[in-house]
Amino acid sequence: MAKELIRLQNLCMAFDDEQVLTNLNLHINDKEFLTLLGPSGCGKTTTLRIIGGFTTPTSGDVFFDGVRINAVPPYQRQINTVFQKYALFPHLNVYENIAFGLRMQKRPDPSDPTGRRMVKIPEEEIHQRVMEMLEVISLKGFEHRKPDALSGGQQQRVAIARALVNRPKVLLLDEPLAALDLKLRKDMQIELKRIQQQVGITFIYVTHDQEEALTMSDTIVVMDKGTIQQIGTPEDIYNEPKNAFVADFIGESNIIDGIMLRDNLVQMYGRQFPCLDGGFAPNEPVDVVIRPEDIDIVPVEQGQLTGVVTNVTFKGLQYDIIVDFKGFKWLIQTTDHSPSGSRIGIKIDPDAIHVMKKSKYSGMFGDYSSFSEEYEELDNAGLALDEEESGDEE
Amino acid sequence: MKNKLSHLAIPYVIWMALFVVAPIIMVVIYAFSSADGGFTLANFSKIGTYAVVFGRSFKLALIATAICLLIGYPVSYMMSKEGPRFQRIAMVLIMLPMWMNFLLRTYSWMSILENNGLLNQLFQKIGLISLYNSIFGTNIEYFHMINTAGAVVLGMVYNYLPFMILPIYSVIVKLDNSLIEAARDLGANSLNVFRRVILPLSLPGVLSGITMVFVPSVSTFAISKMLGGGTEILLGDLIEQQFLGGAYNPQVGAAISLVMMVIVVICMAVMNRFGEGEEQAVML
Repeated sequence: MAKELIRLQNLCMAFDDEQVLTNLNLHINDKEFLTLLGPSGCGKTTTLRIIGGFTTPTSGDVFFDGVRINAVPPYQRQINTVFQKYALFPHLNVYENIAFGLRMQKRPDPSDPTGRRMVKIPEEEIHQRVMEMLEVISLKGFEHRKPDALSGGQQQRVAIARALVNRPKVLLLDEPLAALDLKLRKDMQIELKRIQQQVGITFIYVTHDQEEALTMSDTIVVMDKGTIQQIGTPEDIYNEPKNAFVADFIGESNIIDGIMLRDNLVQMYGRQFPCLDGGFAPNEPVDVVIRPEDIDIVPVEQGQLTGVVTNVTFKGLQYDIIVDFKGFKWLIQTTDHSPSGSRIGIKIDPDAIHVMKKSKYSGMFGDYSSFSEEYEELDNAGLALDEEESGDEE
Repeated sequence: MKNKLSHLAIPYVIWMALFVVAPIIMVVIYAFSSADGGFTLANFSKIGTYAVVFGRSFKLALIATAICLLIGYPVSYMMSKEGPRFQRIAMVLIMLPMWMNFLLRTYSWMSILENNGLLNQLFQKIGLISLYNSIFGTNIEYFHMINTAGAVVLGMVYNYLPFMILPIYSVIVKLDNSLIEAARDLGANSLNVFRRVILPLSLPGVLSGITMVFVPSVSTFAISKMLGGGTEILLGDLIEQQFLGGAYNPQVGAAISLVMMVIVVICMAVMNRFGEGEEQAVML
């Protein structure tokens, strides 16, 4: 059974009257890969910095292994951090960078029976542990290089080794892949997950990249405006988003106004659709999420709904088509080509429908009317987000 | 990288050639010539008699540099920790004396340090001098401050301190805060953060600060003349005497300049070796 390692209780954080975190509650299990996911300024980096001890919360408590650690300085926490821009020491070579934490440590002298005398870690042990780490990050033979003679990916791995060599219980990672190019980022995602499983400790990862979060995490915490929107496994978050914000932030979603007639039956566009959701009041207005890949295109006469194709984009694996259903535009991903201007019918299986309670985010997301512009934005998204992220949340 | 605008540097190159390179060549030529223009090494053999002046100059310059470093480093460090407004004001205050004429500044120190100058008058008023007399059983009317080596060092420190603060400050203020956080994260306490990260990374600033204070200190002549009373002459005074003073002998003056230049260059080279790895160290 998973053991709880960190608990955040009623955390609030404000910088000069600006509320950054509002009443945040979260527990993190031992050996878990947990990701804090959200857009810029959602409070994810602040949460990480509070766990690391770099920021003191305005109110609320941080518990580590059952002990309150609000006032414990960073160097006394069994937590290490991988910083966004690596923060490798430029005056030290790879070996000395990794050895830094070990050289700072003192522990009881094994030859002293009272156990009160503190000694430094002997040089042989430092050497052995640094070499071990170089192996883990596949950078043997680089120990005498200075950080500026390494590529971004290599610097990244040194930063991870420098943190892990101290055998922390928790590793905090603040958008560690943001500065890498796409290909390297994908490789490092797998690499990070491998390292996490190899060393068997808790990773707390901060990112704005939903794909990164889905690929690596055991648990995803979706945040917006200083509050947690949803906590769950990647599958939960994707398949059962709690509100329109989560549905939109993770993957593509069509979000349609509906009325929950009764359990397992929802009404959209005046038509009834069987679904698998329940627990709503009779005739409660709801948001209905339908993922673009879960929609089947059928001949018009067999369709539950019919609409007109307004835009077709070839994406390699599939076509992204935009279909106008009575003025509300849906994104549908299909392998069949339907020409622009044609009328099609669609069929939605009960398990493709996900019903959510109305929230403050209702009506803000999930319409593809501004599709073409949005697509351009999406293409640049990686770039734009990197730039945007790097400066803020200080 | 070839730059199309490189020809814009031509005026500067000419300037350097005319006013920096040519004078150095002239110094070298003079140093190796006798009064009638022939080649000789005799000028250098005369330098031996001035060994004591060399020793005194380097000693005082070293002391002044050390004091500047001891004052300048903490000031730069603390300044960099303050808010941007404080930093701007502090910067102006540090630069302010430099807007005043060098000689004027040094003259004002004369009137402060004189036997019946401002400081001694103040000491008299607050009874410090009679207190001193009663404690040590002496009977002095004033503290002897002007015309001492201490006054010369004070003048050097006062005049050159900004040259120590500015390069150190500019290095520390640019230090990436995440490096300090990383060190703290890895278990370094405040002392270790300073010793292992901030100090080594600010070394380039320290080295250029030392250079910028030591070089003018070792060759100064106005300060020693005005605050040292000309009794204990320094290299600068010595050289001045050879060109303008009673000991008129430009060839020996050139030889002294050359030797001083060589010693300074060697000192700087050794120091930069010491700061190995911070190649871009000196002249920021």
